[in-house]
Amino acid sequence: MSEPVTSIRRPVRLEYDFTAGRAMSRFLLGLAEGRILGQGCPECARVYLPPRGTCPTCGVPAEEEVEVSPRGTVTTFCVVNIPSQVLVVPVPYVCANILLDGADVPIFHLIQECPIEEVRMGLRVEAVWVPAGELKATFESIRHFRPSDEPDAAYDSYREHL
Amino acid sequence: MTEAINAETLSATHILEYPYTRSVGPVIGRFLAGLRDRRIEGVRTAGGRVLVPPVEYDPRTGEPLSEFVEVGQAGVVSTWAWVAAPRRNHPLDRPFAWALIRLDGADTALLHTVDAGDESKMATGMRVRVRWRESTAGEIHDIACFEPEAS
Ligand SMILES: [Zn+2]
Repeated sequence: MSEPVTSIRRPVRLEYDFTAGRAMSRFLLGLAEGRILGQGCPECARVYLPPRGTCPTCGVPAEEEVEVSPRGTVTTFCVVNIPSQVLVVPVPYVCANILLDGADVPIFHLIQECPIEEVRMGLRVEAVWVPAGELKATFESIRHFRPSDEPDAAYDSYREHL
Repeated sequence: MTEAINAETLSATHILEYPYTRSVGPVIGRFLAGLRDRRIEGVRTAGGRVLVPPVEYDPRTGEPLSEFVEVGQAGVVSTWAWVAAPRRNHPLDRPFAWALIRLDGADTALLHTVDAGDESKMATGMRVRVRWRESTAGEIHDIACFEPEAS
């Protein structure tokens, strides 16, 4: 009788096709041009990013295209200490919710080119894009965000977006 | 990578994967070690039934179980389902049957595959025999499959 087996590797894997839909596709195609495209609601004027084609608050189609700024404000963030097999960023690193200027919903992305202890709520950041020749219809066209050397945003300017 | 399925809508293949490692416990651990040695072991209950694959507790009384017994490497198909078009993660790359197989000396059935070639070769009550994988590693796939026993 040889040594008992104590554990087995049982990866769980799901491979599926994701169809982005019209609104999200516009957003992705915008990234391929180095632009960040949201959609505005005709009733409440909120700008959704990424766009979904409707306003969940008003329940109406929201298809007006609105280009938002590649600069924004860190609303909340977390320091990640667990390495990932799919993200080749050395730990610890920071993921943050970033409220881009002109948008009403923060997006989630990496903060780099900044010591982690300097990341804070209200920090002003800007998108760092991949080189122009490498832009594609994917969120990865934005490599990360980095501090933009502006004064911190006032809490009141993003308190409704946390 | 994204691709256009029409002028306006993009689609992409996504993969979601969790690399779980599972602790198997002392009873399944011994069962798997047995497979590595090309032996199939069950566990005997106080009532004398032999359970294959083994479990840690008697499902009827809840008593802990520890008396291991080796069972035969052939047995009887008690029920089966034919897979005409195997999918990528299936254990065999050609049409096969999932089957419950009661091995000789066992009172319960083991779920495994039967490589019968064609659905017409499958029948409830047929005898099948284990085909071992060339190199074993201590996992259920050490049994490559079962195959119809030469009559
Ligand atoms: Zn609205």
